[in-house]
Amino acid sequence: MKNLYLEGSAKTPAVDFDVNTGVLVLRGRSIPENSIEFFRPIKEWLDVYGIEPRIATRVEVRLEYFNTSSSKCILDLFKRLERMNVGPTEVLINWYFEKDDEDMEEAGEDFKSIVKLPFEIIEVDEI
Amino acid sequence: MVLKDVYDFYKRMEDEHVILSFKGVFTSELLTSILHIMDIKMSDLGIVRKKKKRVFHVLVECLQNLYHHIEEVNENQEETLLEKAALIIVKHDGDRIVIRTGNYIHNQGIEEFTERLAEINTLAPEDLREEYQKKLLNNELSEKGTAGLGLIDIARKSKNKLGYQFIEIDDRTSFFCLSVVIE
Repeated sequence: MKNLYLEGSAKTPAVDFDVNTGVLVLRGRSIPENSIEFFRPIKEWLDVYGIEPRIATRVEVRLEYFNTSSSKCILDLFKRLERMNVGPTEVLINWYFEKDDEDMEEAGEDFKSIVKLPFEIIEVDEI
Repeated sequence: MVLKDVYDFYKRMEDEHVILSFKGVFTSELLTSILHIMDIKMSDLGIVRKKKKRVFHVLVECLQNLYHHIEEVNENQEETLLEKAALIIVKHDGDRIVIRTGNYIHNQGIEEFTERLAEINTLAPEDLREEYQKKLLNNELSEKGTAGLGLIDIARKSKNKLGYQFIEIDDRTSFFCLSVVIE
């Protein structure tokens, strides 16, 4: 299986999912008008990855903004990851927010309360 | 003299601290451009990063509401081009950013819509958060990718009540005005 790499754009985040390291990174803005289209290949990639995931998978969410349409799709990704977090396989989520960005911190807390995965909310100087 | 209109128009925008306005059909490309322009304008105005992010967030949801609304209207072939067009005005008044949008809607949906807007306005910040989480977990995305979370999110991020009004045009159509203030 191949790594998933998508370049970021004005409305979509950069995606860097590495099958060898088990590190999956989302970075930038996620504000497409229709997020279903954008997130479809990511979901499909995760479904294949989920058949034989690395023993440890770390998801790094480094988003500057995301719209309400994306929030639903992000939750959907987390739900897929939840299903992988069984047996010896460990999945953890690192949610980054920029210092003073209470909205992104709160958004992380919102997801943390819904998602049944180890979920770290991490403050950084710059996302 | 007809050309005086130009100055009158300019003066009015100046007096009302309008920093951006657009009337027409909202396409995906236009949304990208407006967001880019607002990004630069807010930097030029020296708006602090935290507030800039909040305005940007509200603006994204407002613009996408207009974008998806127009898609809906487009489905009906009988609609005129006028009804597909919408309006956005952004003002920078003192420390406040005011985002106003206007678009045509069918009269039949107004009652339900008004109830929804009124309900959102009764919610305290923690209730809005709870409502958001609940909808995030339970709502399905529509085919267009809308989550039904836009207005809740606008109220939540702006930290102000939503201003709204419906102006009846005829027995079929009204003009819906939304006003969001970010302090």
